Amino acid sequence: MKPAPFEYHAPESVEEAVALLAEFAPQNGRVLAGGQSLVPAMAFRLARPAHLIDINGIAALAQLSLGTNELTIGASVRHAAFHQPITAAPLGRLLSEVVRHIAHDPIRRRGTFCGSIAHADPASEWCCVAATLGATIVARAASGTWQIRAADFFTGVMTTALADDELLVQVKLPLLPADTRSGFVEFSRRAGDFAIAMALATYRVENGRIAEPRLGIGGVESRPRRVVEAERVLQGGIPNAECFAAAATEAARAVTPMSDPMISADYRRDLVASLARRALEQAI
Amino acid sequence: MTEKQQWIGQSVNRLEDPPLVTGRGRFIADISFPHQLHMRVVRSACAHGRIVSIDTSEAKAAPGVYAVWAAADIPEVPPIDFREGRIERLEPYRQPVLAQKYVRYVGEPIAVVFADDAYRAEDAADLVTVEVEELPPLMAADAPPGEFEPGRTTTAEIVRQGYGDVDSVFRTAPTIVELDLAVGRHSGVPLETRGALARYDSARDLLEFHGAAKVPHRNREAIARMLGRGLAGVHMYEGNVGGGFGIRGELYPEDVLVCVAAMRFERPIKWIEDRREHLIAANHSRQQRHRIRAAVDEAGRILAIDDEFFHDQGAYLRTHGVRVPHMTCGILPGPYRVPAYRAVGYVRLTNKTPAATYRAPGRYESSFVRERLIDAIGHKLGIDPNDVRRRNAITPAEMPYARPLEALGEEIEYDSGDYIGLLDKALAAARWTELQASLARRRAQGEAVGAGLALFVEKSGLGPTDGVRITVDTGGSVEVVTGGASIGQGIETVVAQICAETLGVDYRGIRVVHGRTDQIEHGIGAHASRATVMTGSATHSAALQLRDKAIDIAAELMQTSKDALDIIDGKVVRRDAPGGASMALGDIARHLAPGSKTRGEREPGLSVTGWFTTDHQVYPYGVHIAVVRVDRDTGGVAVEKYLAAYDIGRAVNPALVRGQIAGGFAQGLGGALYEEFVYDKQGQPLAVTFADYLLPTMGETPAIEILLAEDAPSPCNPLGIKGAGESGINPVGAAIASAIDAAIGIPGAVRQLPVTPTRLRAILKAHAERR
Amino acid sequence: MSAKREIALEINGRRYAVAVEPRRLLADVIRDDCALTGTHIGCEHGVCGACTILVDGDPVRSCLMFAVQARGKKIRTVEGLAAGKELHPLQAAFIAEHGLQCGFCTPGFLMLAVALLERDPDIDEARLLEALSANLCRCTGYDAIIKAVCAAAMARRS
Repeated sequence: MKPAPFEYHAPESVEEAVALLAEFAPQNGRVLAGGQSLVPAMAFRLARPAHLIDINGIAALAQLSLGTNELTIGASVRHAAFHQPITAAPLGRLLSEVVRHIAHDPIRRRGTFCGSIAHADPASEWCCVAATLGATIVARAASGTWQIRAADFFTGVMTTALADDELLVQVKLPLLPADTRSGFVEFSRRAGDFAIAMALATYRVENGRIAEPRLGIGGVESRPRRVVEAERVLQGGIPNAECFAAAATEAARAVTPMSDPMISADYRRDLVASLARRALEQAI
Repeated sequence: MTEKQQWIGQSVNRLEDPPLVTGRGRFIADISFPHQLHMRVVRSACAHGRIVSIDTSEAKAAPGVYAVWAAADIPEVPPIDFREGRIERLEPYRQPVLAQKYVRYVGEPIAVVFADDAYRAEDAADLVTVEVEELPPLMAADAPPGEFEPGRTTTAEIVRQGYGDVDSVFRTAPTIVELDLAVGRHSGVPLETRGALARYDSARDLLEFHGAAKVPHRNREAIARMLGRGLAGVHMYEGNVGGGFGIRGELYPEDVLVCVAAMRFERPIKWIEDRREHLIAANHSRQQRHRIRAAVDEAGRILAIDDEFFHDQGAYLRTHGVRVPHMTCGILPGPYRVPAYRAVGYVRLTNKTPAATYRAPGRYESSFVRERLIDAIGHKLGIDPNDVRRRNAITPAEMPYARPLEALGEEIEYDSGDYIGLLDKALAAARWTELQASLARRRAQGEAVGAGLALFVEKSGLGPTDGVRITVDTGGSVEVVTGGASIGQGIETVVAQICAETLGVDYRGIRVVHGRTDQIEHGIGAHASRATVMTGSATHSAALQLRDKAIDIAAELMQTSKDALDIIDGKVVRRDAPGGASMALGDIARHLAPGSKTRGEREPGLSVTGWFTTDHQVYPYGVHIAVVRVDRDTGGVAVEKYLAAYDIGRAVNPALVRGQIAGGFAQGLGGALYEEFVYDKQGQPLAVTFADYLLPTMGETPAIEILLAEDAPSPCNPLGIKGAGESGINPVGAAIASAIDAAIGIPGAVRQLPVTPTRLRAILKAHAERR
Repeated sequence: MSAKREIALEINGRRYAVAVEPRRLLADVIRDDCALTGTHIGCEHGVCGACTILVDGDPVRSCLMFAVQARGKKIRTVEGLAAGKELHPLQAAFIAEHGLQCGFCTPGFLMLAVALLERDPDIDEARLLEALSANLCRCTGYDAIIKAVCAAAMARRS
């Protein structure tokens, strides 16, 4: 399982990377970041890029910066950067809780947050986080820079709004209010495996009632999304078991689960009900 | 040192370990020879079809390519034969080394590329185009048979074993229990993929096969015969082997191809399989569907068992012929009395990767079936299944216990065993009564937890004969040359321990040779849990004789009687004055040298070849107890606790025995919950990566409690040894299935392995709907 | 085929000058070009962990990196653990606890354990178990492996 031949480029700046992408994307050129998804695909020869543009040497893309309203994650920031909460605020705790579910430690030392976003595997935890929290994806091409909302970014299984000649340079995650509660649950066959389904729940409590609920489901449909049907059930409700169960039931009803030879849509639908409920209960 | 060291029974450190922990192992991929070519196999992407054309022209022109072959390039190479010899009626089902008219499974070798490096060989392999006229694939062994080739069906054989008038017993039976059970397709999947490196030394007309495993001497014979060479012109070399489990070392097409190419090109040929290839081309195993029924009386005593099963053999018969289904028939009754018995196995070919032996072949399957049956009998009659076991288990008073059933060409006669005694020991060790009470309390709190048990008989020590040669050189170094094989199990250490204690030397100074046909003419390799019994017993015999030879001449040289002498820590000493005058074994060897004046009429050399012969396999036995927790929402299963009780006869190295049992358990767990080779309707394999074929990790595999019993040493060999290689895996599917039933409160729920979350959810939902 | 690049790899403190096509995996170059065959290849798609090495202190799957990416990085493999004849405590612990049978997964586990213990000498058993679940073993059933790593961790602490 050796990769097919390719030309290798190691730009030292974002400008150089973007110029290379402009030149080689039409010739089946691809970006190499962590490589933890791309290299196996190349080993199976499912991916045969003729050019690889290795962005690991670009210092500007390795930045992880905490602003007043958002966390900006550079393209080559590794999963491992989130092992310790990058802030004591709810977002930091949430990311450090989620990252434990991503594969295993050695994969996390090389794999990148932004790489997962660009790869858009429906079972990706970061994609679920991005969709649920309303991330902004920053893409740059030779012709300029764009900001794309997460809801518009994920278009299908491993398909995104990113054009071939665009480099995903950053993802911005909005900081969550200080009193945000969050819960994340996923089900996989073994620890570290791709998730069969996952649920991310965040909400606040105002005057004893749920405010700003977010319930994101991943691994179930062709792309992760907030299940607004379930959020409507949560909005203004009392944060108790009955409310969570009702929201979970609604979430299961609302999704259109994928089906494959090993796992049926019905099974996934049942999982949504359980995992959504558990994520909400965990958020207490 | 004046005290004789006991080595047998000690958990000493392994001789094999120092090179392995320092990265100095020599696995086949680690070995290279100058000017070698790399071989890459072009495999069928189609499950069933007629080959219309194979175009190798583009591949031949690719950079670095030396040659490309298809079947037409090797007309003189016959199909690989069965290991036990010619079986004419089964010969049409053998796999050709390269596909000829048909392709019959995804992964079947169609062509091979030889190139200067592995990367370029793979590039060129992609350029070979094969045109296949697709035929409908047959994907189920229990479906009506199809056509293997014109005039021949896909029922390769119907194996039968039995005795007594089963039908009349069923006609009058008070109670009949009937089950339909299935074990999923899975296999050993060692962490090192297959590989081979063949080199032809034309100056000496010697073909060397590096990367031998499991049965080097047998494979040498097979290769020599296939290539039309005398045995003296073929030698096998075994280095380090990354796990066998029955899969590695069976002669495969690729092994033959590297030899043919090495001779034709007069360049070394190296082939290293990748993981995707391994999962679709190395032997599969286990897939059987059983329709079994038992006739029982009101007390749950078995009156008769009638079993019909379908064995999914895959596309061809490989070196094992139909031995696995045949053994399934013979061993299924296990530890129980079965007054009348019939087992009929349909060996059906399907368009899947061919199947063969995997650790405890025929036994993992039959233990699952038999113990599910026992549980079902207990449930139907309202009797505790453990009492059903007690009422039916053969007792020590009935040993040796024979019935007209066979495995591996021998009648099955249980040599020794106290099944009920071990059952009681295991239940006591697990504190069964308190355990059940505590599980019941947890269930009352809403947890889905339960315990299950399985009782089984294993087999080991397949003969007939093994021999080893022990030599002490004039420097005092001891070398034991065996025809054994190492698959990582610690055979060197075990042989060294037996030699050391018997001869009277330190085990750490002993060199053990294995897997080398040029060092010893005869060998049994490592399979069927026979190495410790056979090679160990031969070592014991040779060491006794060597000890005798040394003491015989030492008595003369030390002017005393033989009875007055002993060997301690490599020196011949007087028993009554061990700290006094002595002779080192190296000195004895000098006195026995060919030119020595003190040798007398004695044969030169301090060297002995010792043999051990047995006409009897031994039948160790065990009890496993599993405690599982089920997540009703997801269908996930976690094994909380596990106890494996096993009668080892006598443990030469207890730590190694425990390692075998723990490792076997992990594999059994995989087969019970995680591992399965699934195919789609077009015959495409769906488990072709480690992301789909799920091996248990440390997270899924609990530490298990192991209870080793040495109550019943084998009467069949002087040290009382029984093998342990397959005991850890044998009943794991059965024990876990039983525990899952208890956890979800649905007796007989589990009828199919592996119990995946989706299958378990379906069982739970169907049960809830029925209420 | 694309042109070979001349690169220098630093492995176990020694410099190796090699000429490699960009597509050559780091695992293959370490094994075949630098003659360090202790690092094993079990799956070539990043799941089994047999190819685990240390790159600038991080445990990494060498089948998922190209050799050209390893220029200028400090690589450590199993061959660099022992100091001459003196075994690394982890190696000694694996022998003492019977943490290996066929030995194929062992170098990968050793390097993973080295990274874990060097980063956090006080790591507890639960987190060790979680972290060691990253690598596959088919022979031992794992208990002997976790015992070996725990034994080495305790020896370090005392």
